[in-house]
Amino acid sequence: MSVTDMFSNIQGFLSADQDVREDIRKVVQVLEQTAREILTVLQSVHQPSGFKDIPRKCLRARELFCTVRNHIGDLKTKFPADQYYRFHEHWRFVLQRVTFLAAFVVYLESETLVTREEVAQILAIEVEREKGFHLDIEDYLAGVLIMASELSRLAVNSVTAGDYCRPLRISTFINDLDSGFRLLNLKNDPLRKRYDGLKYDVKKIEEVVYDLSIRGLAKEPESSGDK
Amino acid sequence: MSKKEGEGCVRGRKQESASETSPSSVLSTFKTFQQELDTRHDKHERLVKISRDITIESKRTIFLLHRVTSVTNVEEVLAEADAKLDGVRMKISQIAEELRGEDLFQFHRAFTPGIQEYVEAVSFQHFIRHRSLISLEEVNSKLVFLKDHKAEDKDSCTGLQGAQVLTFQVTPTDYLLGIADLTGELMRMCINSVGNGDIDTPFQLGQFLREIHDGFSYIGNTGPYEVSKKLYTLKQSLGKVEDACYTLRVRGSEIPKHMLADVFTTRAALIDTEDGVS
Repeated sequence: MSVTDMFSNIQGFLSADQDVREDIRKVVQVLEQTAREILTVLQSVHQPSGFKDIPRKCLRARELFCTVRNHIGDLKTKFPADQYYRFHEHWRFVLQRVTFLAAFVVYLESETLVTREEVAQILAIEVEREKGFHLDIEDYLAGVLIMASELSRLAVNSVTAGDYCRPLRISTFINDLDSGFRLLNLKNDPLRKRYDGLKYDVKKIEEVVYDLSIRGLAKEPESSGDK
Repeated sequence: MSKKEGEGCVRGRKQESASETSPSSVLSTFKTFQQELDTRHDKHERLVKISRDITIESKRTIFLLHRVTSVTNVEEVLAEADAKLDGVRMKISQIAEELRGEDLFQFHRAFTPGIQEYVEAVSFQHFIRHRSLISLEEVNSKLVFLKDHKAEDKDSCTGLQGAQVLTFQVTPTDYLLGIADLTGELMRMCINSVGNGDIDTPFQLGQFLREIHDGFSYIGNTGPYEVSKKLYTLKQSLGKVEDACYTLRVRGSEIPKHMLADVFTTRAALIDTEDGVS
């Protein structure tokens, strides 16, 4: 085979590769749009009026997750199923976003940590790599960490809105999460960087709890009896 | 220090929450995450290590191959290089082993440097022997490993039934980057061979490098980012070789052969210093 043939072969491969990437980028863009819509819906819980009907907002978010499922279904068709990690970077960010949104919805509904299986179910994807388009564990963890900082904000705002019990519950939850993350041996990678931010969220929530308790606003029995 | 404090905090809280319903559910899920991440990181580390070994061994092969310009018995050197490359291929089979049932691209970053170096070595040897460019298919066809005893028809797809055949696929990008590195070696070989009074090789190399350069310009910036970076170095190498050929043509007719080496080395030194400035 001549040098020229060889290079034109490779050129063919490269341009096919770029076409695939282009397709993926388009779908990911739409997906990001939907993710922003869901975020907007959920952001309103930070407003004083929003606290009253959290369930309705969750419902609305759940509806929007249908669109997310469609987009992800679309995304799956854009590349060969066994080359997930080749194009991973393209949807990594948005997948972490939607994981965060799913985790946030689940937390608002039931005040529990969403499992990886649940997220996979909400997004209509797989947990295990072998079965196709899946949720990478690092992306799941990153999504959970984004939620942690969202919750520290929620703790502050719920005090402003006059809900003094919520910060205590959030505090227990975040502390559980924190001790969970302590179990992981993270490498020096983006996930680790994000995890390093978790302690500030913990600190923030602890300060809120402290403020409440020295003023006698936190009622101990309610924090555990609420569950 | 603050970390310790935090730990104390958590421990206290853990005891407190132990009386509650099930605080361990989060912890137990994270235990499984810990395992999953650890296995993944371990695999990554192992691959990095193998890749390092491949790099070192390939580099040594390349050094060995550079001796062909000054040694009379070329075949001997080539045979030795073959033996070394077989060793490298054994290492690559370890990578293939590690990647069995995994996504090649998940760990791709761990072993690209090694693979690129291997492509460089194997293509260099191929060039010395056949004076042509090894194709990606040829590279890949050498990376079919037979495990156990049963030989099966080589199948190009990676996930194969049973444990008989293991293949490793060099990606086109890795191949491309390896070839880009090869041009640097060819340039060195050209300068060396002139130093030894070999008049034909530089012209062959010049021709070959031009072809590769044309190929790379054809790809241009459609390729990955690294390719365009290497294109710059490639241009420099090509410039050196073309200058060498030029000098040989101009001076070759005037100067007795035994003096040629002298003329050339000063010229090469000149080019090098120019490089240093720019």
